[in-house]
Amino acid sequence: MNWSEFFAMGGYAVYVWSSYALAFVVIVGNVVLPLMQRKKVIARIKRAIRRDAILHDNSIAR
Amino acid sequence: MWHWIQRFSSPKHFYVISAKLIPWFAVPTALLMIVGLYQGLFVAPPDYQQGESYRIMFVHVPAAWMSLFIYVVMAVSAGIGLIWQIKLADMVAVASAPIGASFTFLALVTGSLWGKPMWGTYWVWDARLTSELILLFLYFGYMALQSAIEDQRTADKASGLLAIVGVVNIPIIHYSVVWWNTLHQGATVTKFAKPSIDIHMLIPLLLMALAFQLFYFAVILVRTRNEVLYRERNRRWVRELIEQL
Repeated sequence: MNWSEFFAMGGYAVYVWSSYALAFVVIVGNVVLPLMQRKKVIARIKRAIRRDAILHDNSIAR
Repeated sequence: MWHWIQRFSSPKHFYVISAKLIPWFAVPTALLMIVGLYQGLFVAPPDYQQGESYRIMFVHVPAAWMSLFIYVVMAVSAGIGLIWQIKLADMVAVASAPIGASFTFLALVTGSLWGKPMWGTYWVWDARLTSELILLFLYFGYMALQSAIEDQRTADKASGLLAIVGVVNIPIIHYSVVWWNTLHQGATVTKFAKPSIDIHMLIPLLLMALAFQLFYFAVILVRTRNEVLYRERNRRWVRELIEQL
């Protein structure tokens, strides 16, 4: 079996390779999206910590 | 036992333990996928009826199995959250929904791409395909309810009930090919008699199925950890943890 035969998938190349391409996208997406979500959550909590620190300082100053 | 459950189901405890568990799922997932793809694309022989097109099966069938498995996990954890008020269970349910929806979508589209050359159509409104599409809508409905309700406890209750009621669809999907006449082929692996599939096709199929399974476990841990951080964002342990990052 040579490579061009392999990629041709017996004439079903479009169907087979688009299935595998979509599977790849779904797998990668399921890794990337939660990692981005994690960054966002952490950034949000960091902002909250800074905001609370400022509020706390102000209440002492008064 | 009960003590152990309560300890492990504390979000803080889970957050610490899960960090160590993730690589134990992620690394085998990658290895199984590489071996499974190699076996499926290079070793498995062409099908005597379907030629090379059947190789779609190695992503289609694991995706379809996962779409059902994840829904059951989601409904069971939503049920545990409802009955025993275990917060972590609700978080697992919420974290499962987008993963399950993505696998359902993958199963539907790859099925459609397999259907076109084999059945001559991308889509038919038969029992198997329609019930799987309903599964996708159940996931969407669950996620929509979660995000539409502001109060977290109410959101968990309402969406949890939807998840539990939707379980009725799971046996319908599984037995649809038996109960109704359909274009979709019957079970060739999950039946009590000997699987009617060639061993060289069965091995990559099971490897890919196991890979998808472990992949879900890795991703559910990451997503549940995010959910823990978000929901416990005003707790001292989260604040201290984030400050150290």
